[in-house]
Amino acid sequence: MSVKVAIVDYGLGNLHSVVKALAHAGAEVIVAENGEQLAGVDKIVLPGVGAFSDGMAGLLKAGHVEPLKAAAAAGVPILGICLGAQLMLGHSEEFGSTAGLGIIPGKVVKIPAAGIKVPHVGWAQLAPRQEQVWQSGALRKTPPLTWAYFVHSYHMIPDDVNDVAATVQSGAHQITAAVARDNITGFQFHPEKSGQSGLDMLSAFLFDS
Amino acid sequence: MPLRIIPRLDIKAPNLVKGVRLEGLRVMGKPEEFALRYFEQGADELYYQDIVASLYGRSNIIDLIKETAGRIFVPLTVGGGIRTHADIQQILRAGADKVCINTAAAQRPEFITEAAKSFGTQCIVVGIETIRQTDGKWKAFTDNGREHTGMDAYDWAMRAVDLGCGELLLTSVDREGTNKGFELEFVAKIAQQVPVPVVAHGGAGSLEDIAAVAKLGVDGVAIASMLHYNRTTVKDIKQYLSSQGVEVRA
Repeated sequence: MSVKVAIVDYGLGNLHSVVKALAHAGAEVIVAENGEQLAGVDKIVLPGVGAFSDGMAGLLKAGHVEPLKAAAAAGVPILGICLGAQLMLGHSEEFGSTAGLGIIPGKVVKIPAAGIKVPHVGWAQLAPRQEQVWQSGALRKTPPLTWAYFVHSYHMIPDDVNDVAATVQSGAHQITAAVARDNITGFQFHPEKSGQSGLDMLSAFLFDS
Repeated sequence: MPLRIIPRLDIKAPNLVKGVRLEGLRVMGKPEEFALRYFEQGADELYYQDIVASLYGRSNIIDLIKETAGRIFVPLTVGGGIRTHADIQQILRAGADKVCINTAAAQRPEFITEAAKSFGTQCIVVGIETIRQTDGKWKAFTDNGREHTGMDAYDWAMRAVDLGCGELLLTSVDREGTNKGFELEFVAKIAQQVPVPVVAHGGAGSLEDIAAVAKLGVDGVAIASMLHYNRTTVKDIKQYLSSQGVEVRA
């Protein structure tokens, strides 16, 4: 079965590794430079590195905002990665307050100062918030305490705690590592930099969700 | 965080080379083949050093970075001859996650601050090349140990951190490629002082050497000869470290 996946390009960060990782996992990949190219694909990946406000500005400029919201509402599986995951929430507290896509109700806040060093860079182990959350979707084949690679200073706080799929322990706090709600999945870590385990997650997103 | 095992590949495009004390380079083969092997063995990150770039200006390592980033799904750090904002941008765009600056930072330390502001502290690594002097102190060098900076290596490392680098790569030039073990005293002095991650490089000859430097509190260990000459594998290194109580990524 061929799966056609669109990678949302909005001028921020490097898409090369994400494109190659998805192709490696067996997808037919198109890089969507505008919103019209999101029509008719099986899945959508929203990557990104950088500041939240730059990300939203880039999505607006490329005409991606409405097509992304429409795809989310139509049940198209969407995977956000790092900044791309954060952009799917309601708003961010990075540099004041910036509105996001609002596909998952919630906000993006700075990582609590007590605990890990910020920016949080490096490998950390994913813990399921509830065992059953991992029984479907992109984390379906991922064992608890799998290592993933992170680079971030902010993290996601969904309004509904049931939307949190995985966390990472940071001192007394827990940082959100993954969110999941219906057809929407967001990874704070980089599956395309997380070794074979990350490739397995991308494969599960492509073929099992 | 787990200790990162970082295979280090010295590149003289298009070849992987290996020397002793960064000199007397021997051609080992195709870097992309070694890189793939180390990825499959469970490497946590890869490090490419373009060893001719700082002598002769930029060389053609960009294609190699692109090729590697398309097949190796762990972070990639690239060093060698990085002098400008445009150099960093080009290397990151090709698919690298971090850059390592040495000569350009020693010549103009503000470059560290500027680069960290533009690209984020997390992707700016400063390389500190050291040679132990007869008085027991360490001096900082550049250009693969050829050029003396006149700076004390400890002072320079501390300054690089103050200027905003996100990681330090400590290379012992006089131990590199000799299999005599790491420069433990210097590495310990730095690792216990700085708030940023520290990677130790130069001298790994045995699994015991790697465990010894791991216990000093470093975040990563860069290894070349032991892996290139197939004396061990990343998997065996991790198994041994784990048996010694060092946390590694399974």
